[in-house]
Amino acid sequence: MTADVAVLGVGMHPWGKWGRGFVEYGTAAARAALADAGLGWPDVGSVVGAGTVRGGYPGYVAGATFAKALGWQGARVASVYAACASGAQAIATARAQILAGLADVVLVVGADAAPKGFFRPAGGDRPDDPDWLRFRLLGATNPAYFGLYARRRMAVHGDTPEDFALVKVKNAASGALNPYARYRRRVTAEEVAASAVVSDPLRLLDICATSDGGAALVLSSLDFARRHGAARPARIRAVSTVTPRFPNTVLDLPDIATDSAVAVAPPDETFRASIARAAYEEAGIGPEDLSLAEVYDLSTALELQWYEDLGLCGAGGGAKLLREGATAPGGRIPVNSSGGLASFGEAVPAQAIAQVCELAWQLRGTAGDRQVAGARVGITANQGLFGHGSSVVVVR
Amino acid sequence: MVTGWFTGEGDDFRLLGTRCASCRTVFFPREDTHCRNPHCAGDDLEEVPLSRTGRIWSYTDSHYRPPSPYVSDPELPWEPYALIAVELEAERIVVLGQAAPGVTVAALTVGMEVEVVPGVLHEDARTAWTTWHWRPRGAAV
Repeated sequence: MTADVAVLGVGMHPWGKWGRGFVEYGTAAARAALADAGLGWPDVGSVVGAGTVRGGYPGYVAGATFAKALGWQGARVASVYAACASGAQAIATARAQILAGLADVVLVVGADAAPKGFFRPAGGDRPDDPDWLRFRLLGATNPAYFGLYARRRMAVHGDTPEDFALVKVKNAASGALNPYARYRRRVTAEEVAASAVVSDPLRLLDICATSDGGAALVLSSLDFARRHGAARPARIRAVSTVTPRFPNTVLDLPDIATDSAVAVAPPDETFRASIARAAYEEAGIGPEDLSLAEVYDLSTALELQWYEDLGLCGAGGGAKLLREGATAPGGRIPVNSSGGLASFGEAVPAQAIAQVCELAWQLRGTAGDRQVAGARVGITANQGLFGHGSSVVVVR
Repeated sequence: MVTGWFTGEGDDFRLLGTRCASCRTVFFPREDTHCRNPHCAGDDLEEVPLSRTGRIWSYTDSHYRPPSPYVSDPELPWEPYALIAVELEAERIVVLGQAAPGVTVAALTVGMEVEVVPGVLHEDARTAWTTWHWRPRGAAV
């Protein structure tokens, strides 16, 4: 176990298709987080930006880009790119600086202006890039992989498209209560079933959209928080940033094939399960301690997979847990009280930070109509393209 | 656009991978520099043909036209094609590929036996870009 860091401030720019640049979204979120923390930007000793590769060159240098937009004030700076795990790695970087004594207060910012439709690799002929290859050779989009996982669950665990639709119904109901969500309308199972097939067996409403959005955190040492008058802040207790173990035998984005298990037996747990286990071990907690979870529901079927990878139920038990209402508001372990990606869409570098924003609001008891009663411990789970684990444990 | 990933014609068509001479791990797509088994320091990787047949791990299809760099004719209506992930028993590996033309998801089940066959990714007046396809065993060519 390591020492905690305090979540002094959280802020977001609403998700949607706003047609503006990622710098504007990130700066708005940062200003909101600073105001929430009761701090001025000059009080910040370090800024960490979660990068995007689609925002053009400035996206690679997100930390300094946000620092310039907020006004140069000499802060230490870092930029992190880890695909969908960028936000979590930015949080990990900020936490390490605080625990090492390099900075008392660190601003973490992630923002993106995503294109409409499918994500795609950067331009040019790049046959040494697995992401380019899967599009060029197979036309294998992200939803194609989500479809493979969903079909596999149906074959192995007996999940049905109706189970998947219930995830959307649940998350849309929560998103309707969240002012930062892009989609704020309840959805029925019939509407999911009537939406167009994207990648069999998944339909349009089973798959998250691409979005613009931004999220930010102000993190500090516990000593600083105390001196600042925040006696009981939400605290980050663990950040998991693990890589897979060889052989990785679950076909995963963006790969065309798995590792072969001919020479080395597969590990006892999948990569996704190892992400959560590392977070639990670092935090000194287990799934039984959780009040709520924010998981990366890129597709409805994938949310069920996360239930199992987080240890909320055994292998194959995800759909049953959902049907019982355990993961719905008021259930034993509400999942995606924010509305999830189903309601937000994907703004890649912002999403893992937004997950922590939701946990902070819930643990403070300020989540309004979405409030999970008595929330004390929350976990986020996410996975970045190319093998980036991402999970954060927040406690109060 | 990729070289050394497959070879042969007709019934002799095979995917090509590489195999570490030290630990025997198989790689597809081919790994030609260093073995990626973290317990192995091998850098002697030999080309090896993969099994012709395997069993379906999962499958899906694509009802919307994929973006570039996938190449398709925007003048033509989009025809969904199936993608099949196939477990090769001897290599203990799962390999994704497009299904042969005319094979739809309705014809597939997890666990079904499929074979690798040569295919055309796309072609223009000068060039046909070849690839591999998965096809249920015994299906009509």
